[in-house]
Amino acid sequence: MAELVSHPDEVRVVSRRFGQGATNLDRYLELDGYKAVQKALTMQPDAIVNEVKNSGLRGRGGAGFNTGMKWSFVPKQSAKPKYVLCNGDESEPGTCKDRLIFEHDPHAVIEGTVIAGLAVGSHTGYIYIRGEYRYLLEIMQKAIADAYARGFLGKNIFGSGYDFDVYWHGGAGAYEVGEESALMESLEGKRGIPRIRPPFPAVVGLWGGPTVINNAETLASIPHILLGGADWYANLGPPKNGGTRLFCLSGHLKRPGVYELPMGYNLKKMIYDVGGGIPGGRKLKAVVPGGSSTPLMTPDEIDVPMDFDSMMKAGSMLGSGGVVVLDDTTCMVKFALRIMKFYQHESCGWCIPCREGTDWLKKTLIRFHSGGGLKKDIDNILYLSQNMLGRTFCPLGDAAAMPTISIVKKFRQEFEDHLEGQPCAFEKESKIEQLPVLA
Amino acid sequence: MRFSEQFESRFAEMLTHYPTKRSVLVPTLLYAQDESGSLSDEVIKEIAGRLELTELEVRNVISYYSMLTTHPRGKYNVQVCTNIACLLRGADELFEHCEKKFGVKHKGTTADGLFSLEEVECIGACSWAPAVQVNYDFHENLTTEKLDNVLDEYRRK
Amino acid sequence: MADINITVDGRKVTAAQGTLLIEACKSVGIEVPSFCYYPNLSLQGACRMCLVKVEKMPKLQTACTTVISEGMTVTTDSDEIRQARKSMVEMLLGNHPLDCPVCDAGGECELQDMTFSYGAAESKYMEPKNHKDEQQWSPVVYFDRPRCILCYRCVRVCGEAMDVWALGVQNRGVSSIIAPNQEDHLECEECGMCIDICPVGALTSGAYRYKTRPWEMKHVGTICTHCGDGCKTTLGVRRSDTGMEIVRGDNRDKSGINGDFLCIKGRYAFDFAHHDDRITQPLIRKDGRLTPSTWEEASALIGKRFADIRDHQGGQSIGVVGSNRTTNEESYLLQKFARIVLQTNNIDHHRTADFPAFAAGVTGKPESTASMRDVFNAPAMLLIGNNPSEQHPLLAWQIRNNVRLHRARLYVINSQEIKLRRQAANFVPIPEGTEGDVASFLAGDDSAIDTAGNETSDALKPLRDKLRSEQNLVIIFGSEIRGDDISSLVKFGSNIPGSKFICLGDYANSHGAADMGLYPNLLPGYHSISDIGIFHQERGGEIPQTPGLTLPEMVESAKADKLKAFYVVGANPVGRLGLDPFSFSQGFVVVQDMFLTQTAEIADVVLPAANAYEKAGTFTNTCGDLQLLKKAGEVNGTKPDFEMIVRIADAMGFDVRKLVPFGRGTRADMGQSRGAQAGEADRHAVWLEAHGLEPKMSPFDPMAILDEIQRLVPGYDVSRMDLQAGD
Repeated sequence: MAELVSHPDEVRVVSRRFGQGATNLDRYLELDGYKAVQKALTMQPDAIVNEVKNSGLRGRGGAGFNTGMKWSFVPKQSAKPKYVLCNGDESEPGTCKDRLIFEHDPHAVIEGTVIAGLAVGSHTGYIYIRGEYRYLLEIMQKAIADAYARGFLGKNIFGSGYDFDVYWHGGAGAYEVGEESALMESLEGKRGIPRIRPPFPAVVGLWGGPTVINNAETLASIPHILLGGADWYANLGPPKNGGTRLFCLSGHLKRPGVYELPMGYNLKKMIYDVGGGIPGGRKLKAVVPGGSSTPLMTPDEIDVPMDFDSMMKAGSMLGSGGVVVLDDTTCMVKFALRIMKFYQHESCGWCIPCREGTDWLKKTLIRFHSGGGLKKDIDNILYLSQNMLGRTFCPLGDAAAMPTISIVKKFRQEFEDHLEGQPCAFEKESKIEQLPVLA
Repeated sequence: MRFSEQFESRFAEMLTHYPTKRSVLVPTLLYAQDESGSLSDEVIKEIAGRLELTELEVRNVISYYSMLTTHPRGKYNVQVCTNIACLLRGADELFEHCEKKFGVKHKGTTADGLFSLEEVECIGACSWAPAVQVNYDFHENLTTEKLDNVLDEYRRK
Repeated sequence: MADINITVDGRKVTAAQGTLLIEACKSVGIEVPSFCYYPNLSLQGACRMCLVKVEKMPKLQTACTTVISEGMTVTTDSDEIRQARKSMVEMLLGNHPLDCPVCDAGGECELQDMTFSYGAAESKYMEPKNHKDEQQWSPVVYFDRPRCILCYRCVRVCGEAMDVWALGVQNRGVSSIIAPNQEDHLECEECGMCIDICPVGALTSGAYRYKTRPWEMKHVGTICTHCGDGCKTTLGVRRSDTGMEIVRGDNRDKSGINGDFLCIKGRYAFDFAHHDDRITQPLIRKDGRLTPSTWEEASALIGKRFADIRDHQGGQSIGVVGSNRTTNEESYLLQKFARIVLQTNNIDHHRTADFPAFAAGVTGKPESTASMRDVFNAPAMLLIGNNPSEQHPLLAWQIRNNVRLHRARLYVINSQEIKLRRQAANFVPIPEGTEGDVASFLAGDDSAIDTAGNETSDALKPLRDKLRSEQNLVIIFGSEIRGDDISSLVKFGSNIPGSKFICLGDYANSHGAADMGLYPNLLPGYHSISDIGIFHQERGGEIPQTPGLTLPEMVESAKADKLKAFYVVGANPVGRLGLDPFSFSQGFVVVQDMFLTQTAEIADVVLPAANAYEKAGTFTNTCGDLQLLKKAGEVNGTKPDFEMIVRIADAMGFDVRKLVPFGRGTRADMGQSRGAQAGEADRHAVWLEAHGLEPKMSPFDPMAILDEIQRLVPGYDVSRMDLQAGD
């Protein structure tokens, strides 16, 4: 069970019920649970969509698309059933927020799923939870069963005449399945290879039916928006970036943890104030602002509000809320290598640039870090990453390229320092991975 | 081929959740693996038959997911996350420690079949790094000493 | 469908709604490269080679997955696009072994071509390449993992197009691998489509690998000799000690009715041509044993004996058996030789489908026969009897792909659970042997399938209603339906607007053999033997007026010691039809064949025949399409049946100009009549030369007799230009 933390600057919306025993349905009801869905049952679907649209809620998975807008793309009439799909395949390195939601407030996810269903005219929802989160899947299984037992799910929910089923679904280890169309493939029992888009899931999704797919945190925010109102939620953050979000602070910090802060909270403050700053009197070297796929930022770049638009302007991305802090004992070549190893391991292999590019970059970075780097490798790493960028089948290629490009550009000197057989200044030799020698 | 009653009732229930049989495949494979440690030819054949898939299709899916395996593992699969957040807080030391302690490398199994070691990608414990998952249990904020205690408890189980 | 206008590289392009951008570009000659895109297979977007710039889109888009929309403005060539393509090739080559000098695909490799067109000369990669050892998956399929570029064409062609689903993709990322259905080997139909469609040398053929380099072969497009579908096959031939050896069969140029399809037989079953057991010189029985001899001696002997028997015992004492595997020209010539030279109507062949009944049924109903193309495009198909997946692989391919790509409705009525039931909208099982009754039932005779409550009739009634509501239905039936049942079926079909028929017969030219009159009672074109008038002009001699003996009757006649000579061309009635080998022990038997068959073993003279891959002429496929054979292979010492028949006629003292109208200024010899500028004459001259024949007309030129066939046989008067085009 993951530890909870708190900070005075926190604005608790999604995390309101954390630590309150809300996995228990009665307790959840005491904490305003299932009020939002009952309200939604009295609203017109368009009114729900508009409320969410106006709240400025943007996808918490990382892409940051306006949630209400996404819902509005679902056709009103459809010959095939429509579906709501909760993406709980949280796998972006640096991100551990959905885990807390599932652990402490599973009914909020269920409730958000039902409301999304009401908004788009769907009668079936699936909550997909990554395979590693087995204990969370069990919590969710119980929560769903409890909700069915009370008539909150199933036929005629809350006596409204509306039927809505929610089912759980477990994954089995694949980062790529977090991509929405790959997740649908996985749920259909296939390899998690993304689909060609268009058509987008809102039109052709699960089993060919129109599908709303949202991150768990996004869906868990919905009941609060319906109860508190779009304006209240929107005003928690800067324009077009409504609400709060769960920031996962990790790395070289005194007080790592998951904190719920308003959108637009200053990154520097987040590191030094909320996270307690760098331990051991060491200095900040770099920050991964929103999960491993976002471009890294240097200490002079972090005085920025953490919202989608400001971060984009600052040359990075808000991403999934995973803030990873690196101090000055970190070898950036090794860090770049670890990121690339991850993407190489998780690439689905479908398209050439991602499959071959990540493997090539990983090998080059291993060689480079082990002292076998050549000067031309530095430009070659950049060249390869740039040729992956924007040309892969899905965003995984971009996710691998973006941090790499930022590290090479912003920490080129560290690459230069590894040249000519110079040992890595940060690491014991025993820990430096070598490429296998060809026989 | 016999699975537990719990497996069977869950399997039967899951089939009612989806419009296609195939949709239960991924979670079913993981549950089946939990019962027998790995996905043997026999298990693959059984599940393929139940879901009206070819064994090839089932193997295609198994080989895609990193948690699924056709090779038997130790009773306790020690999965050390070495991804960025854990890396910054000493995951390498933990992994190296395990290598020495077990005398095996990545994906190796101890001679007594008790422990397997695996270097894994981010398991969602970044704010509580470094973290290790033993089978499905999370162990967080670890040091080598704490990990030793954790592993000793498994050994005693 | 409405047309859509787009602009590509500044050019206006118009294409039908729903067209993919890559196809729209292709239609105006703008090449957009791709590996994974393959027409008629599902879209992948995987290779990223076809990235183009679409106005208003921030990223480059894959032309293979983009459907054109009105006003779309596209750039297919720019620095950005060239760089994207170059980097894709660079990344592929990062792990691709550069073993091109020993790779089967070297010289015909799409990766080589792409590298040449778009790649970089500079090598940036210096890491060790990922390696996996080559695997043999089946007798004919080898897989070299490092060469695979994961375009997934093999997986799709095997699954989607062949409905075999024997290949999959396993692992992920750079470890992704194409995997066979039995872990380390394949269990499949061995059609070889996966090998053919592989753009590189990852899948190679056990029959071809390491035998030659592509540029060392001559590639000859001809017609497959196996089933009645008439697939075009492009044979790779190479000089050998004994002639021209066939090394490979494929149809990568996609010419012909079969596109790029070939089945296991068409692709691999040419090895018989260079079998050690081929007869390569005439054999004459001396002292009870077949002894090698010369063409002169053999021809003289046959000529003398045939003439003797005809002159002293009459033509009716000679029996002739033709073939389902010889060309139309040879079959026509054989019956003409029998009737005019041997003075007998005792001619027959191994009959398959009842083509005469079918011809009678559709007479006077123009446009009532369907081609293989119709099968791919028809909105609905009815299949009664037969198992096309095994007996007519191309037909099965066309049916499957019509269902898959056009959502055509397939209705199957069969006594077996044939594989095509998987594509069927409606499958009705019937008891074996009741196919004919079903035809009567369909035609309205409810009593043909007896008693209500019968499962079959319960299933057939709604099917009949459904069929009656169809239009442009293609009705395909096997040889189970014969005689009057065919007329019933035609009657039923005639009430469905636009319906067409295909009558299925085994063997490469059984339809041709029937059309050419290898019947004791029917002349070419199914004219009755009494209807001699039409042949008056061509006959070059008197034709006996009474119908001859059928093959079984010939056997009886031989046993009664009435039949004195037996001339078998390209058939093995002893082996295939279980004919008593002692029936002819008293007679004079001549056999023309490739091998010492059971029939050849009882012969007095055996002449070594060339097979259909070794000669020119035409074949008629089961749909009735006339197609051109080109000579590809050669085995020294053999001769085409055509030449042998002419030689025998000559040895009998017959004026062969009356048999083969060579040098008579026929349409085939058009140099004189139309002038050398007429392209057809020119091409004909080139063609004759290519086949070792004299341009000024040889007595062995089958094209000379094709003119006669075209005049006399209904349906054969196709343009010689179309015939030469070969599609």
